[in-house]
Amino acid sequence: MYDFLIAPFVEFGFMQRALAGSLMLSLGACPVGVFLMLRRMSLTGDAMAHAILPGAAVGFYMFGLQILPMTIGGLIAGVVVALGAGVVSRFTIQKEDASMAAFYLVSLALGVLMVSIKGSSVDLMHVLFGTVLALNNEALTLIAMICGTTLLTLAIFWRAIIAECLDPLFLRSVSRLGTPVHFIFLGLVVLNLVGGFQALGTLLSVGLMMLPAAAARFWTARVERMCALAILIGFASCIAGLLISYHQSLPSGPAIILSAGVVYFFSTIFGTRGVFNTRLRHHRHRTA
Amino acid sequence: MLKTIRLAALMSVITLTPFGLASAFAEPLKVVASFSVIEDFAKNVGGDRIELTTIVGPDGDAHVYEPKPADAVAMSKADVVLVNGLHFEGFLQRLIEASATRATVVELTKGVEPIKMKEEFEEAEEGEAAGHAHHHGDTDPHAFQSIANAKIYVKNIADAFCTADAAGCDTYKANADAYTQKLTETEGEVKAAIASIPESKRTIITSHDAFGYFEHEYGLTFLAPEGISTEAEPSAADVAALIRQVREDKASAVFVENITNTRLIEQIASETGLKVGGTLYSDALSSKDGPASTYIDMMRNNITTIKGAILGS
Repeated sequence: MYDFLIAPFVEFGFMQRALAGSLMLSLGACPVGVFLMLRRMSLTGDAMAHAILPGAAVGFYMFGLQILPMTIGGLIAGVVVALGAGVVSRFTIQKEDASMAAFYLVSLALGVLMVSIKGSSVDLMHVLFGTVLALNNEALTLIAMICGTTLLTLAIFWRAIIAECLDPLFLRSVSRLGTPVHFIFLGLVVLNLVGGFQALGTLLSVGLMMLPAAAARFWTARVERMCALAILIGFASCIAGLLISYHQSLPSGPAIILSAGVVYFFSTIFGTRGVFNTRLRHHRHRTA
Repeated sequence: MLKTIRLAALMSVITLTPFGLASAFAEPLKVVASFSVIEDFAKNVGGDRIELTTIVGPDGDAHVYEPKPADAVAMSKADVVLVNGLHFEGFLQRLIEASATRATVVELTKGVEPIKMKEEFEEAEEGEAAGHAHHHGDTDPHAFQSIANAKIYVKNIADAFCTADAAGCDTYKANADAYTQKLTETEGEVKAAIASIPESKRTIITSHDAFGYFEHEYGLTFLAPEGISTEAEPSAADVAALIRQVREDKASAVFVENITNTRLIEQIASETGLKVGGTLYSDALSSKDGPASTYIDMMRNNITTIKGAILGS
């Protein structure tokens, strides 16, 4: 048991770092994922992975293959896309999903254009996207800062974000916070995603944001509990995934996400709000 | 770089002179090379009788390259297309079809004894995960990492040029012979350098499995977390196995490559207390002012870096 669960983390520093990094990412990203899901913006993460390309490219051309400028570039591009999409959906009749799609496609095209003009064939995204097994001190610090910022912001704007998420018109009628809170939230999304890409890779950072949140949805209707549960599911997936990757010699990112996927499918069927229980309850109503 | 070109140019002038002006001013043979190493070979064989276009340039990664329209244009106008083959250039088949080129596509690995992907970590894990396949495909395409194979590449290029441009055949053959001579010299240097490294220290770590043929030919052992393609993601078990190897003093140096993300290697280095020994050039030459702008420079640079890091540790 000790050999299976504890020894890998004791013996190898990179396993400790991987664990610390992915747990911190879960702590910040899972609650953000819950809100994204509740706002029906679950696919934002994937769009964002493409949207940051021009920013990363500018960083690359100005400073070469350095992670920090490329990440900052990516952050700026991500924020521009998220805010642009937010502005359009706020002030026109278009919904968030359509405007997000439009903005990220323009951004992606711009990025591909810049990469091609320069004619470099180093795969930028390849270089920018890290792997959870290669977390250095800077990457860990970055994740810790993102996690802290996220939790602090969520704590401060908690009620406003929930209100904005569930009933934006109500929030706008009682407070002037509505629009700012929307953009603060989008900022958090970008921060978590881009930081996560740099440190852990696309798959892992988008996956850890959305899958635990989606799974938690099947167990509770209350936002607080949903966030807490999502974080717990995130933690469990990270630990399980890393151990599987270690013992079965499978790539770590996919292993972690597949662990979360298993929890998701289990919840879909057996969750208190999942297929099994809701069907059962309906049945009882009918016979009673 | 300049020196090589000058030498090649000089060589062609000398060898061309007897054939008279007619052949010297003939329309140049249009050649497309898939990546920088082949470009260098073609330049040495073809001299100024050919007009050369390269698809994946210096420091580029041919595993994941996205072709541009200009590449398709070059391809469709070409007389000869030189490629590595053995599925090295993932983009190639589609590009050849899309450009509808009538050129002869020459796989330079023809005649090379292909080696299987190695099942590394077998010894390290004492057979516990023996036979697990974390690689794509089953032959290693990086044949040019052995100089013996490079000679086969050069011969194939000369043959291809002869077929396409019979008038220049003697020139190509003479150039190829001269270049092969230089390759033989370099090979001697590589062998001497390896002989000077104690046998127990001949295991090193790089970021992806590009040195299978080098290893096979010259007896150094390379371990890599990333597998044969730069696209695969490493598993925790692979990284752990590498670190154990270093701890048991089996591996004596770690290196980064010019085309891959260096962070994983840096992490392994910092965890084991080894210093990163320098940059190895694996799948692409460096740019003109870099230390590996020609194939011969690349091989020299690699072996000097390896030797320096191992003996210095």
